[in-house]
Parts: sequence; structure tokens; C-alpha cells
Amino acid sequence: MNPINYLYLAALLFTIGAAGVLIRRNAIVLFMCVELMLNACNLAFVAFSRLHGNLDGQIIAFFTMVVAAAEVVVGLAIIVTIFRTRHTASVDDASLMKL
Amino acid sequence: MESLIALLVGAPLVGAAVLLCGGKRLDRTGHWLGTLLAVVSFVIGLVLFADMLGRGAEDRALHQHLFSWIPVGGFQADVAFQLDQLSMTFVLLITGVGSLIHIYSIGYMEHDERRRRFFGYLNLFLAAMLLLVLADNYLLLYVGWEGVGLASYLLIGFWQHKPSAATAAKKAFLVNRVGDMGLSIAIMLMFTTFGTFAFGPVLGAVGDTSEGKLTAIGLMLLLAACGKSAQVPLQSWLGDAMEGPTPVSALIHAATMVTAGVYLITRSGAIFNGAPDAQTAVVAVGAVTLLFGAIVGCAKDDIKKALAGSTMSQIGYMILAAGLGPIGYAFAIMHLVTHGFFKAGLFLGAGSVMHGMNDEVDMRRYGGLRKYMPITFVTFGLGYLAIIGFPGLSGFFSKDKIIEAAFASGGTQGWILGGAALLGAGITAFYMTRVMLMTFFGEERWRKAPTPSPAEPSVEPAAETRGEYTPPHPHESPKSMTLPMILLAFGSVFAGGLFSINEAFVHWLEPVTSFEHGHSPLSAAAVTSATIVVLLFGVALAWLQYGRKPVPAVAPRGSFLTRAARRDLLQDDFNHVVLVRGGEQLTRALEQIDHSVVDGAVNGTAVSVGGLSGRLRRLQTGYVRSYALQMLGGAAVLVFATLLMRGV
Repeated sequence: MNPINYLYLAALLFTIGAAGVLIRRNAIVLFMCVELMLNACNLAFVAFSRLHGNLDGQIIAFFTMVVAAAEVVVGLAIIVTIFRTRHTASVDDASLMKL
Repeated sequence: MESLIALLVGAPLVGAAVLLCGGKRLDRTGHWLGTLLAVVSFVIGLVLFADMLGRGAEDRALHQHLFSWIPVGGFQADVAFQLDQLSMTFVLLITGVGSLIHIYSIGYMEHDERRRRFFGYLNLFLAAMLLLVLADNYLLLYVGWEGVGLASYLLIGFWQHKPSAATAAKKAFLVNRVGDMGLSIAIMLMFTTFGTFAFGPVLGAVGDTSEGKLTAIGLMLLLAACGKSAQVPLQSWLGDAMEGPTPVSALIHAATMVTAGVYLITRSGAIFNGAPDAQTAVVAVGAVTLLFGAIVGCAKDDIKKALAGSTMSQIGYMILAAGLGPIGYAFAIMHLVTHGFFKAGLFLGAGSVMHGMNDEVDMRRYGGLRKYMPITFVTFGLGYLAIIGFPGLSGFFSKDKIIEAAFASGGTQGWILGGAALLGAGITAFYMTRVMLMTFFGEERWRKAPTPSPAEPSVEPAAETRGEYTPPHPHESPKSMTLPMILLAFGSVFAGGLFSINEAFVHWLEPVTSFEHGHSPLSAAAVTSATIVVLLFGVALAWLQYGRKPVPAVAPRGSFLTRAARRDLLQDDFNHVVLVRGGEQLTRALEQIDHSVVDGAVNGTAVSVGGLSGRLRRLQTGYVRSYALQMLGGAAVLVFATLLMRGV
């Protein structure tokens, strides 16, 4: 199969993720959308790696996974804290620095 | 001998300090102390003079270095004195006339409760004036220059309870500041040009200096001289300065301080000799002022203001002579000395008349006073003959020489200057005859009650006119006042003649000022006879107008020129329109600029920063999604920009 189709899929996934981040209010869903965008990028990297015939894209995909994992750790901690204090996971409620 | 020079300045300075700090316990004796110290100074001057005469003409100058005043690197200011023939002449004039006026003031100020303070100021003036003429560098001269300005201010405003006196003092001070600024700039220029401001090195190095620099220094010195000597365009203060007590007018505003400008120009002669343009400016100022003062003197009814106009005019003669270069310096100083005698005598006479007439100064309220004040009449009369240049008296010798030198300056300039000087002599004869006739001759106008002047209907009638009018009782002044007048009258009569024997005065000053004979297109006899003709013409004209006909008690309206001259040829109006209004407009415009441009820039910056931040603040909503949108937008922009760049 032509690897270019993977790029189309990556673009589609990224767009879905970006739209989700912009539209949804629930912090958890937002988070999952961010993951979707990251993975779309990974897919694109791997596809490019295949297209160009070298391993650079694959290596970067590994980096992205590590960063994403770290981000999930920090982000989930923040979300849990917000939920504990405000009893909601809506990002619109957390529009002020103070309570 | 050198050590006496410091004492010359020191004696009156100590007097001033003691009298001004001594307090009330000196009220009864203060005037004697002040007079004594002035006389001591005069005696020291005489001793130094005798000593100087004992030496040869070339090594008569004495120098005394007192102490280093401001030693900073290349800037060396010393307090050091130099007593040469020129300074000696001034020292004798200042201390001599000064002592006489101290004596006169004892009688004149007898009923003034602030007499001690008056003598303190007079001593302060003497010290400052002596410092001015004895300094051996321009910076120390400047100290004396400012000192006499201060003393002049204090003495003009001595009767400070009169608003007119307080205003006159301020006016004199302010106008003098303009001149002082000229002197300080001249000193700075000297320092940058020559690296020093001591007379010897500065005047010695003139030969190696460019003419442009000399002209700049010369013009600044001329500005200084204009301020102190009441020359056009800084003449406006002298008439008002007559608000001071009459002895002050005689000493400071006639005989000595106002001649400081002539001293400055003569002392700096080498600079002016090297700058012909500056010399032209000097003679122009002198010629204009001698006519200006004379015209003003013709129209004034206030006896002191008429004499003030005359002073201005006579100093114009001196400045004119000093501007002529080596052919004129000696005559400028000679006229200065003779003028010191007769003008001081005339002012003291005027003071004596006022003393006997209840301080009336309007000459239209005088008349026929010669019977009541014989001594004043005779001394004033001799001063009068001397100032108009009656043959044989002092003024004749000195003024005649100046007119001759003016003609000798060569070419068209010579004819213009000579003509102006000759015309001035005629006008001098006219206004002085007028003063003489209105005061001492004619009908006794003071017997009648004064008629209110139609020109000033708003003036409140004086106390005596409302009730029964009691005419004043004119009487001769006490001996302490007449004695100085008699001595000054001797000077007015004989000084000029004595100085002229074998050109004694010129040879005396020659080592300092250098001298060369001018070559006049007219012979000396022709100039002299022309002067006498002009003089007789002026006297005759005055007699026709004020001697033959009775003098009206109220001044007639007069021609346009008379009315202008009565208002000092519109000098104050000119200053008001050009300087005061101009200054007001300028400050108003500057205020506008301050408000609109400077404040506008500052406030505008603040407002625009505030407005911009108000807009930017709205971007920070706190909603994560909006930040996400911004990030997405930014990323999109970056992507498009990258694509565009690649496309290029």
C-alpha cells in the first residue's frame, strides 16, 4: 500500500484531536484528544521514515512516546487535583488562578 | 609701600563690617567712624601718590600679591593688587570725592534714623570700587564690579519704604546683571584664549591672537561697560537710580561707579587696539549715548533726573574717547576726573537745594533761589560753567580735547563723531543753562500753591494744598554740606587747567594707556572756537526760552520730541514692548510647548501603553481552550510561513 495514505490518516487523526481539544470541556476527554494528536504525529513520523527509507522518523516517534508518557503523568496529576478541589473536571471552570 | 595698597581697600571694608554688624550702639558715632575711614583711605592714597611721584615714569607701578585665591591646576586666581598711574588716578578720585561726600552726608542724613547703615553701605561701596580699580586680574576686578553693583542696589533702595525706590533698585540691579553677564563671558573667553586673566599676561599676549577672538572679547567688555556706565542700550536704570539719597547720586551715579565702564575699556585698551570692529562699536555707543542723554536732560523737570541725563551724556563722551584708541584714552580719563569733580559738585548742590526746599525736586517749583542760598548758588554755578565747557574751567579742557580727538579719528567717521560731540556740547549748554535758570533765577514760583498737573489729574492733592499752603523757607545748608561743595567747586575750576599744563595728565598716564597725537582735519583753534560758538548758541537758546519768559508752573505739552524725551525717549516703553512683552510671549509659548509637546509625549506614551495593555489583557481569558486555539493558530501560521519560504 502506498505509504502516503498513512499520512492522510495521520492528518485526519490530528484534525479530530485538535477539534476535540478546542470543542470539548471535560479535562479527561481533552487529554485523550491531545494523546490522539501526539499519536497522529507519531504515525506521520513513521510514515515519513518509510517514505525516505531511513530511521530518523522512527527514532523521533520513540522520543514522542516518552514525552507523551511524562506529560500524561503530570497532566493527570493536575486533573486529579483540580477535580478534588472543584468537584468537576470541566476546564472552563478552572479559568482563574485562584479558587 | 606695597603693603599700604591692601590697607587702602581694607580701611573702608573694615568700616562697612563694623557699621553693618555693630548694631544700635554705633548709631551715635557710626557716621564719624565711616567718614574717618574714608579719609584714612584718602590719606593712604596721597602717601602712595607722593611715593609714586618719587619714582621714574616707567617703574611707578606697584604690585602686591596677597594670597592664592583659587589654585586649581591651570586655573590660577590670585588676590593681587596692581597700583599704576591709571589705578592711582582712580584711587585719588574715589577716595577724595568719596571722603567729601561722606562729610556732606553727615549733614544731609542727619535726621535719618538709619544713618549708620547708610554710612556702612557707603564704606562698602568705597571698598568695592577700590578693589575694582586696584585688582591686577579680571577675576578680582569682577569681584569689585559685583561689589559696587550690590552697594549701588542697596543705596538706590535705601529708602525702601518708598515703592518707587525699591523698584528703581531692582531695575538697576537687573539691568546691571545683563552687563555683568557680558563681563563674565569676556573673562571666560580670556581664559580659553590666553589661559589666564591677569592683566599683564592677557594684554601682553594680544599681538599673537586672532582678531576675531579679540573682537568677541571686546564686544563682551563693551556690553559690561554699557551696563555699569548706563550706555545705550542698557541706559534705562540711571534715571530711576535718582530715587536714592542725593549723596549717593553724586558719588555712585555720577562721579565714580558709573565711570567703571570707562575704566574697563581703558584698562583693556590693548584688546580694543587689536579689534577695530569692537572699537567702532564702542565709539558708536558713546556717540549715541552722548546725544541720547543730552536730549533726555533737556526735557526733565526733576532736577536730579536732568543731571542724570547729563551724566549719561558725559559718560558717552568718555566712552567715545576711549573707543578712539591711543589718541583718546588719556582724554577719556581726564574728562572722567574733571567730570567727577563738577558733576559731584552739581549733585551736591542739587541736594542742598532740595534740603532747603522740603525735598522738592521739581524745578518748576523753584526759582529765584540765588538770594537764599548764596554758597550753593556760587558752587553750583561754577560746576555749571565747568560742565558746559566755559573757557578756562575744567570741562573746557577735557571736553575740548575729546571733540578734537573725535575729529582726528579720520575720514567720514571722524566728521560724524566730531559733529555728534560738538552737537552734544551745544545741547549740554542748553540743558544746563535751563537747570540753572529754572533753579536760581526768575520768579519765586515756590511761593504759590502748586497747581495740580492736568497731565495727572488722578494724583491725590498733597496735604499742604488741601489746607492752607505754607511755602517752604529756603535756607543755606549747614557747613558740613557746604564745605564739600566748595572744595569740589575748586576742583571744577582748576583741575582741567592743572592737568593741561604741558599735557601733564597725558604724560602721567602715557606708560599705562599709551598715547599718540591725533591728526585732526581741523586745527585745534578751529575746534575750540566752534565749541565756543555752539556753547554760546545753546546758552542763548536756553535764555530765550527760560530766562526771558517766565517759566510756566505746569509743564506745557511740548512737541513730540519733548514728550518723548520726558519719557526718557521711550526707553521704558521700548523695553516693555520688546523685552517684557516679548519675554511674556516667549514664556507663554514655552509653557504651551511644555503642555502640548513634552507633557503630550509623556502622557501620550502612558495612555497608549495603557490602552494597548487593556486590549492585550483580553487575550488572557483563563480558558484553556482559547489558549489551545491560539497555539493552533500560531502553529498554522508557522506552517504556512515555512511553506511560503520554501516556495520562494
